[in-house]
Amino acid sequence: MTTTRSYQTHQHSLWRRVLVTPEAAVIALLVLVVVWSETMVPAFSGPLTFPFLVLDAAPILLIALPMTLVIVTGEIDLSVASVVGLSSVLVGMLHHDGMSIPVAGVVALVVGLLCGLLNGFLVAYVGLPSLAVTIGTLALYRGVAVGLLGTRAVTDFPLKWTNLAQSGFLTGRLPYILIPIVVLGVVFVLLLHFTSFGRGVFDIGLNSEAAHFSGVDVARTKLVVFALTGVVSAFAGIYYTLRYGSARGDNATGLELQVIAAVLLGGVSIFGGRGALHGVLGGVLLIAVISSALRLENVTVNVINIIIGLLLVLSVLSSSLLAWVSRLRRAGGVGRGRSGPRARRVAA
Amino acid sequence: MSETSTRPGTPPAGGDAPAMTRPSSMSTVSRVTTTVLRSREIAIALVLVAVIAAATIKTPSFLFSSNSWRDLLLTPAILMLLAVGQAVVIITRNVDLSVGSVLAITAYLTGRLFVDNPGIPMVVVFLAALVVGAALGLVNGLVVALGKVPALVITLGTLYIYRGIVLTWAGSNRINASDMPDGFLALGTKQVLSIPVLFLIAVAVLAVVGYFLYTSRSGRDMYAIGSDPDAAELYGLRVRSRLVGAFVLSGALAGLSGVLYAARYGTISSGAGTGMELQAVAAVVIGGVAIFGGSGTVWGAAIGAILLVTINRALPILGIQDFWQQAVVGALILGAIILDRVLSARRTRKLVEARDAS
Repeated sequence: MTTTRSYQTHQHSLWRRVLVTPEAAVIALLVLVVVWSETMVPAFSGPLTFPFLVLDAAPILLIALPMTLVIVTGEIDLSVASVVGLSSVLVGMLHHDGMSIPVAGVVALVVGLLCGLLNGFLVAYVGLPSLAVTIGTLALYRGVAVGLLGTRAVTDFPLKWTNLAQSGFLTGRLPYILIPIVVLGVVFVLLLHFTSFGRGVFDIGLNSEAAHFSGVDVARTKLVVFALTGVVSAFAGIYYTLRYGSARGDNATGLELQVIAAVLLGGVSIFGGRGALHGVLGGVLLIAVISSALRLENVTVNVINIIIGLLLVLSVLSSSLLAWVSRLRRAGGVGRGRSGPRARRVAA
Repeated sequence: MSETSTRPGTPPAGGDAPAMTRPSSMSTVSRVTTTVLRSREIAIALVLVAVIAAATIKTPSFLFSSNSWRDLLLTPAILMLLAVGQAVVIITRNVDLSVGSVLAITAYLTGRLFVDNPGIPMVVVFLAALVVGAALGLVNGLVVALGKVPALVITLGTLYIYRGIVLTWAGSNRINASDMPDGFLALGTKQVLSIPVLFLIAVAVLAVVGYFLYTSRSGRDMYAIGSDPDAAELYGLRVRSRLVGAFVLSGALAGLSGVLYAARYGTISSGAGTGMELQAVAAVVIGGVAIFGGSGTVWGAAIGAILLVTINRALPILGIQDFWQQAVVGALILGAIILDRVLSARRTRKLVEARDAS
């Protein structure tokens, strides 16, 4: 009755599968940069470096979590920074009209959810390409934000709330924003890597038709990841407003490209189906640490731009280069047959 | 949508081709009407005309004062060039996000050349910007084509790198109109037969690229590559060199638009052209080029660019506050892609019905 099925064992040993990955490379690079900064940049080991690094990187860190899910499904969301702006404007306006910050925040979160749902609906149920849809909603949401507030800025936020966004435990060493970051981080790691929903996300990215036939509700999954992106972006918008104590229509303009750059640097494939959140965390922190260290060294923001761009190009090129090298090596050893990542990908 | 398959003269696919509609079964009038309705370029042009007409009825000076007539054609010229280059890249199923940064580099280069070499001939400046733009595009193209890596990531990277280069180069320097020769600045406002020169340049480029894409072998290859890159490779098309070519063209046109930017605005800082890449993509999408490649025309992209710019200028006249312009543009983009989707779904259904009926 019982038939034994033998599965092919992994081709490489466990340590190789864990360590020879883009994620490990990014984290190793991060460690190197931190060590280098600690030794070479005198001001880097100061007590204020870490809190400011976290405070500055928090919006990117938060949005990168759901963005990873979106990119793993093979889609993209360019509208996140506009949702940040819209949520910021809503918090400012509603507060200005006498609403308390928590209530205004909830309204902003709901609007963020609606923004995400609109993206998700158009992509998942209407079947439109997400690149085009979210370029449209990038303009639309930003336009509504700017339209609502014009060139005005709301800055009269209660000190109690701005302090919450700017300070932290241990006299500010551990910013309070770390709490939502850690909570959301854990939630998203569990969701992507330890649930069937997460497996579905990867399946869709690898082959959405096959995912559909193996029982994944492709459209609903995509709707959910876009909705999550909307909500988290709105939350980042509330934080952004309180952190800088200012609600403006043009808040966080251009943040979408920074988020995507960080996610891709963290080893997530733009084609979908590949990626892990610890790599993304490494990617965000790598950019944050480099920017922070160079700023302390009085290197201007221009050079930081160049470095981020180069890292991004190298991160995608490196896998091509590695494949090329291993092809050369395989071409050297004739008769070993087709093996390695290529064959496995065919099998998958 | 699939422009290649509806073109007359395309050989029927396979041996068992469905019965073709005889030309005589449609009257000339109805044939012309269907062509017009199906043509995305004409549809978008009609929208453009409607916008201009509405604004003109409300405020006749929108069209009939000499200044606004000039602005109507002058303002879109830069975005038209970017959109034409972007359209070619998108037709090959790639995207070039670095154009805004390339524009900034060549705009600053233009100013720098005039400042450092007084009396330099204008032709040299134009050529220098074209060459620099093409070289920056070549970098994009080589990495994308040889590395076989997604253009979105690479050009996002070069967006940062090129912007970083111009930021480092220019610093907080600003080149002002007084630093540039009057002859060059006059180019920004000069008119020939009441048509601005910059617009003429854009239209000339559009005509050349459009003709090349429509007729030349490599132009048709671009569509083939965009429809199905793997099939194009198997078919023996020179995919790599065509891709490099598309990026070089996009870079060169972005370079040219940098010179136009300098001539038009007179002040150049390192922030020039920030965010233009998304506007160019938006213009292309509005103009009916499929974001996944293989279909669309540069004519559509150019009209899309004009529409995008004109709508921004027309909205205040139509009583919508300036601040809402971007929202309207967003709605327009969404409308355009949803309309595309509906039309292509209808066409597919009709084709399926026609096949099943025969």
